[in-house]
Amino acid sequence: MPVLCSGCKEKRAALKRPKTGHSLCKECFFWAFEEEVHRTIVAAKLFKPGETVGIAASGGKDSTVLAHVMKLLNERYSYGLELMLLSVDEGITGYRDDSLETVKRNQQQYELPLKIVSYEELYGWTMDAIVKQVGLKNNCTFCGVFRRQALDRGAIMLKVDKICTGHNADDVAETVLMNVLRGDIARLRRCTAISTVSEGEGVVPRCKPLKYAYEKEIVLYAYFKKLDYFSTECVYSPNAYRGHARTFLKDLESVRPSSIMDVIHSGENLSVRDGVKMPVQGTCNRCGYISSQALCKSCVLLEGLNRGLPKLGIGKHHRLHDKLLSQQPLTEREERKLKSVDF
Amino acid sequence: MFKATGFPFHTVALEQVMDLPSSVVAMAPSPSEQPASNYKEAVGHFLQSTSSSRSTPQDEEQTSLPEVPEAHTHFLQQLIGSAKTLTARQDLLNTLRQHLLVHTARTEGYGKVMLGDNCTRLAVKLLTSITLGRGAQLAQDTGFSDARYGDITLVRPMRDYSAKEIAYYNHMFSVASVFTPSLDTKTTDKASIQRLTESFVTKLQEDFPSTVSTIYRTSEKLQTTCRSSAKAEPSDKCLLCVCALDTAVENASAFQATLTSEQLSQTKYPGAAGTEIPRQNPESSAPSGQCCSSGGAEDCGRAERGGGGCCSSAKEPETTDLKSLLCYSCQLTLKDMSSVEHLPQYILSEAQRRQRRSQMREEISEFLLEDGEGGD
Repeated sequence: MPVLCSGCKEKRAALKRPKTGHSLCKECFFWAFEEEVHRTIVAAKLFKPGETVGIAASGGKDSTVLAHVMKLLNERYSYGLELMLLSVDEGITGYRDDSLETVKRNQQQYELPLKIVSYEELYGWTMDAIVKQVGLKNNCTFCGVFRRQALDRGAIMLKVDKICTGHNADDVAETVLMNVLRGDIARLRRCTAISTVSEGEGVVPRCKPLKYAYEKEIVLYAYFKKLDYFSTECVYSPNAYRGHARTFLKDLESVRPSSIMDVIHSGENLSVRDGVKMPVQGTCNRCGYISSQALCKSCVLLEGLNRGLPKLGIGKHHRLHDKLLSQQPLTEREERKLKSVDF
Repeated sequence: MFKATGFPFHTVALEQVMDLPSSVVAMAPSPSEQPASNYKEAVGHFLQSTSSSRSTPQDEEQTSLPEVPEAHTHFLQQLIGSAKTLTARQDLLNTLRQHLLVHTARTEGYGKVMLGDNCTRLAVKLLTSITLGRGAQLAQDTGFSDARYGDITLVRPMRDYSAKEIAYYNHMFSVASVFTPSLDTKTTDKASIQRLTESFVTKLQEDFPSTVSTIYRTSEKLQTTCRSSAKAEPSDKCLLCVCALDTAVENASAFQATLTSEQLSQTKYPGAAGTEIPRQNPESSAPSGQCCSSGGAEDCGRAERGGGGCCSSAKEPETTDLKSLLCYSCQLTLKDMSSVEHLPQYILSEAQRRQRRSQMREEISEFLLEDGEGGD
């Protein structure tokens, strides 16, 4: 006997929701998914009418679904937002060029303006060149730090009020686990926030409307709605530490599907003891971007790349900031430590 | 082996958990704070009293296993059997064990209970707690001292030593030890969340030797989200784990999102009508949603019989009510249990008492003056 949808109880169920285990037909699932995103947006008060919002689009499934759902909800519930697509070109041949084509197709489908910023024009380095210097182990640090600033700069060029990214529930849960494993207390508190605090010059607040949507549900949604997206892993990512957290989370999900939400719930309820030293937000002395140290991370990383010291920026280097700022040459011992790269 | 240590020892059977009074899950008032200067006096006093009592021969102590009525064993088996997943079973077992420890400590007159968790085990416990949704209770589950029971403090003096160090020590100094298999010994990696986390941490430790110590340092820096921790009202504590409740449905929280999903999965797509949005009432949909999701693949077919008719409606009020008394992760454990009738009597009676009390509170709520509200 065919299973009936638990929503409308009339039609035959077409899928089983990974999040709750209910069997739903297509329309009820679309409705539930979109409505959840809508409620998240409303409950967290993410947007105000009349704002310009940049959608960080990479061509992957999360950002494609995000663009689709944002456009749909904007019309359905009259958010009054002006939407734009923003994309970053890291310069990874074979991976990024293809996904950028997808973004351009999205732009035509959804009729939204698009802006692409590239690492080459912002920093003078592509990811391929960076990996040649840095190796395969720490390159994700470079890419992530550079991308954050690239998004902000692109947003300022487009003059948007907010950026929204396609981070889903799995991403947030992985980040919580990763921060616990790495002992990163400062980030542990901030990573479950649905939107960042908006202070400082050159920083555009960003939010995650898909924060409570499971990755599997996003794929189901894109599949049934026949959305066009690019689905390949970044070639440089297999050795990232995040991979461990990801496999662990996937295993957890197979034991108990609600684990992802449980991890996010735990992360939201964690608090740090008083008296623990936390970093204070300031500005970078060189480029004016927000930073908790004298120099922001991307300045430090760039300095390391330009000088041929790839390990500058990985690991502890606070003491070297003053030296870098005042353009003093580093001692030989320091240079030797920073040059060694293990592939 | 216990006799060889020379300490007085008590062997308590898990079946005795059926007989516990309901005061176990209530927080007793803590003894008055003693200033530090009295510490030496207190130690001196303690040494004197123990040296005098040491004259009682060990043979008078209970050396054989306690007598256990068979009915209790049967009840216990039913209770453990009603938890469908191994994760829930282990969680339940831990809770019952802790209740028993606390009760024994109270009756025998001990003020502190020392637990033997080492660094490795605590790191695994921390990660497990996060994945089970016990983030709010982390500081109490893995910290050095755990004062949630009021008069009894649980301490973990071994939390600085890793499992390997302890093993070497025992070997070098010929300390006798016994291995007792637990529920998840020799099971596959994915049998339960606790087992999965344990294998994950051990594997990660091989590649990144600093994993366990990093997790341990993280646990030192955490504290409970203090939300009305000053209130002594027992209704603010979870029924099973006696920690502060973390189920306040705040705006834009994961808990709210879960409730929304449960509810939306059971409402009809409005179709052409469009704008009518169904009122959110998690209470009525929660029990049926709970039944559906705990059933698994085969049982989802039950949905066709209608939302509320999944399980016998007589059980609905009980399950709903217990849920409101539990913290987030204990609710998850309860979800995995097929029925709540098998829970020991003390838990059920305490639950009913709290419900009656909260009903009373509701009736007179308009006449109560909150602390800190209004005039002096």
